[in-house]
Amino acid sequence: MLRLEPRRRPSKLMLGLTPVLAVIATMIAGGILFAILGKNPVEAIRIIFIDPFLDPFSRTELLVKGAPLVLIAIGLSLGFRANIWNIGAEGQFVIGALAGGATGLAFYPMEGIWILPVMAIAGAAGGFAWAMIPAFLKIRFNANEILVSLMLVYVAILLLSALVSGPLRDPDGFNFPESRLFHDSATLPIIISGSRAHAGVLVALASVVIAYVLLNRHVLGYQIKLTGQAPKAAAFAGVNANRIIAICLGTSGALAGLAGMFEAAGPVGQLVPALPVGYGFTAIIVAFLGRLNPIGILLAGGVMALTYIGGETAQLTLSLPAAAISVFQGMLLFFLLAMDILITYRVRIRRTEVA
Amino acid sequence: MDFSALNPIALVASLVVAATPLLFAALGELVTEKSGVLNLGVEGMMIFGAICGFAISVESGSPWLGLVAAAIGGALISLIFGVLTQVLLSNQVATGLALTMFGLGLAALIGQPYAGIKPPSFPKLDLPVLSDLPVIGPLLFQYDYMVYVSLALTVGIWLFLTRSRAGLVLRAVGENHDAAHSLGYNVILIRLAAIAFGGACAGLGGAYLSLIRVPQWTEGMTAGAGWIALAIVVFASWKPWRVLLGAYLFGGVTILQLNLQALGISIQSQYLSMTPYLVTIIVLVIMSADRSRAALNAPASLGRVFHKTG
Amino acid sequence: MNFVKTLAVAATAAVGLTGAAFADGHEKTKVGFIYVGPVGDFGWSYEHDQGRKAVVEAFGDKVETTYVESVPEGPDAERVIRQMAQSGHDLIFTTSFGYMNPTIKVAKQFPDVKFEHATGYQRADNVSTYSGRFYEGRTVIGHIAGKMTETNKIGYIASFPIPEVVRGINAAYLAAKKANPDVEFKIVWVSTWFDPGKEADAANALIEQGVDVIMQHTDSPAAMTIAEEKGIYAFGQASDMKEFGPNARLSSIIDNWGPYYVSRVQAVMDGTWESTDTWDGIAPGLTEIGEFSDKIPADVQAEATAIKDAIVAGELHSFTGPINKQDGTPWLAEGETADDGTLLGMNFYVEGIEGELPN
Repeated sequence: MLRLEPRRRPSKLMLGLTPVLAVIATMIAGGILFAILGKNPVEAIRIIFIDPFLDPFSRTELLVKGAPLVLIAIGLSLGFRANIWNIGAEGQFVIGALAGGATGLAFYPMEGIWILPVMAIAGAAGGFAWAMIPAFLKIRFNANEILVSLMLVYVAILLLSALVSGPLRDPDGFNFPESRLFHDSATLPIIISGSRAHAGVLVALASVVIAYVLLNRHVLGYQIKLTGQAPKAAAFAGVNANRIIAICLGTSGALAGLAGMFEAAGPVGQLVPALPVGYGFTAIIVAFLGRLNPIGILLAGGVMALTYIGGETAQLTLSLPAAAISVFQGMLLFFLLAMDILITYRVRIRRTEVA
Repeated sequence: MDFSALNPIALVASLVVAATPLLFAALGELVTEKSGVLNLGVEGMMIFGAICGFAISVESGSPWLGLVAAAIGGALISLIFGVLTQVLLSNQVATGLALTMFGLGLAALIGQPYAGIKPPSFPKLDLPVLSDLPVIGPLLFQYDYMVYVSLALTVGIWLFLTRSRAGLVLRAVGENHDAAHSLGYNVILIRLAAIAFGGACAGLGGAYLSLIRVPQWTEGMTAGAGWIALAIVVFASWKPWRVLLGAYLFGGVTILQLNLQALGISIQSQYLSMTPYLVTIIVLVIMSADRSRAALNAPASLGRVFHKTG
Repeated sequence: MNFVKTLAVAATAAVGLTGAAFADGHEKTKVGFIYVGPVGDFGWSYEHDQGRKAVVEAFGDKVETTYVESVPEGPDAERVIRQMAQSGHDLIFTTSFGYMNPTIKVAKQFPDVKFEHATGYQRADNVSTYSGRFYEGRTVIGHIAGKMTETNKIGYIASFPIPEVVRGINAAYLAAKKANPDVEFKIVWVSTWFDPGKEADAANALIEQGVDVIMQHTDSPAAMTIAEEKGIYAFGQASDMKEFGPNARLSSIIDNWGPYYVSRVQAVMDGTWESTDTWDGIAPGLTEIGEFSDKIPADVQAEATAIKDAIVAGELHSFTGPINKQDGTPWLAEGETADDGTLLGMNFYVEGIEGELPN
């Protein structure tokens, strides 16, 4: 019979090999799906996985789509390492966009290079404050942060919808529920001309580096990891658990808020009710696919972005239904999550012992 | 304002219909969570149940067969989650989210030929004399059968969890899987069963939507009901009776809001729509603040990975 | 089609070869559509896709059409529009209000590609806007509703208080009131375009209040299904919805985009496409009134047909004075008709409608 045996240390080989295996398995399963739908499977797979790299615009769009995922996932991964489960990043994203966007609109039509930094601070502060609600309730009342942060997602989305149909509505917009377009000083600069890749991409990359240094070189990173792996030992070593909760939730909230503000002031350019498209939830998957490791998250964010952009292209060129892409993404995630086990466990074949 | 135009009997009747899909899904999730597993894929399982139930009803002409298919479909898709998290030890939060994505897509693919078709209609309870009683009749004896099934399920789960040995074992597994394992219980098998049960219930909830409440198939028709079911479980502090209360409260808020509008009372609906979520948080805080009581309700191993060593 | 090859085609187009190719009709005209919902929603996106199919039927081999469905009105819209623009499309229809700013942005970068944005108000040299005067249809079905209600209560399931929706309510109310002075409107805002469960609940709530005719301005056929079940009347919205309520359905307002799409594609083929602002009603066929149910008495059918014919002939405007606003302030004097500007930004109920307009 097959049996799982823990490895003494995670396998380096499998660390690199499992994502490849998962992608291959998805290609086979997805190919079968596409063939059933009457499409050429080889072409469909190529369009999803290869074509986005061949086209310069799609390449920059990978950055646009991947940046918020990476930024949010980096924040979440800190908490997840300490067993603090913020699954309300979507809500923090929305509040960050609202706070940052409202700040930008408040300064309309003033000019100045100081406006964007102020908006970014407001966005991060908004996300931070929204995340401090579950943090406070957990520290003070022991309330489960998974559930509080999830509930707050709906509150945040409804708040956005209420505000853009009310006080933040575009005065010249024929009563449509959306804000006016941000003016130039409140719009993120583009880093690759002719694309939508905005300054937020650089911040996302910087967050990867900072998280890497924090986790590997800084005592706080050590404390976070210790809290997750051995809470009792951490307490014994003098780690203040409440402080770690506040730091982890606060950081992830601030980064999600920042991502929300970047999204509003970058690719969208205004506040609209449809701003949240699930980055906060997808980032949870990205964090785990990246095994909570900053470099892994960067790669995982890239893969997720690839399936979105490749999926759109496949819809466009092969008339695949959107639902097929969603099934395909689900399969990819299942395979990636399933194969992870090979890293920390080895599969042993053992004959059933005869008693 | 003429509040007398609000007919409380009819209000209750529509509240029950709106709440029943939530009740099914939340009851299932309750059992899953009691075994220590957090499955965030309720939305995906519901919509998959909705299309399985709809498709089989239409093909077979029997709504009952459809409901059976919905339960089986929900259980099967939940077992993808089960195998990944229990056997392959993947993270429950991430796997649950992936399940939602997968379920929504798969349901939409299967459902393409079923848009615009009317399903066979579902029988309602019609007891001689009782159903015709004034007030009591429409209040108690005139619903479709699935409403009574959902109520029976609430009682059944309550009895199971509090009065049966199997329920005790399930709770033990959710409370401390290592201890349960050392007592000789098969933690993985028990959890897989709880996950499949949760999936079956979510599937029934979805099918209630597509076969009874709306009745039609349209892509994405669950529109977030699965997430509300998750909230209800917490709101209920993992107790079946409070799940019933929670589902009826959530259903009630929606129905009351629509009915008040129909009466001509205007309300800023976004702020009103926030209230169930805020109330859930408050309930959660009150419950959790009392640590001794909270410990009795929330399964201690919720969301934690179990692997037997040795 | 290979993406790289597509790019090559786009590149040649930029050099100017394709323009000539169109004139003599050797190369296929490539037309793209972007939908906000799934094509299976049986409402808004479904009807736009019917329009796409009409284009295919009209031009056969001379066109190639593509579409992307369920594109959220957020950050992804611009990418999808742009991918279409750079993959050799000659004409792109962006079919939801939320695509307005992304469409304008992409259009600036692709001056040779023609864009058509539905229901918006911003145009450019290569961006047209188009929409339907669906309120004209509401005048016709409002009349039928007024005549058919026995309880004198008409229910209206509304999505969001944007001008388009408010206009529809006002037009329907004015027509119903004229047909039946005792009529009363019960309006429920569901804050969603598409949530079958909630729409069904709203229909039930209205029926509970004694409503026996339901109109809707949401996308799913849920209310029609409920009307059928409860034995009352309803109207199809966006698509005919007959299959959901064979007995309940009295008529419908159908968004018939086909003829418009065909004419615009033709214009691109002929090289006569210009940026225009189209707001077409019943006369040009963009707003279509679905077949009358035989539940409607012959005289009412005749009246409704007469109203429709008068609108088509330009003799009747849905908003003809005297009309006061809800608070009693005069809006239109005797015989005066509403100007398009006011209609496009309409944010008030007309006199007689009860309840406050949310905002």
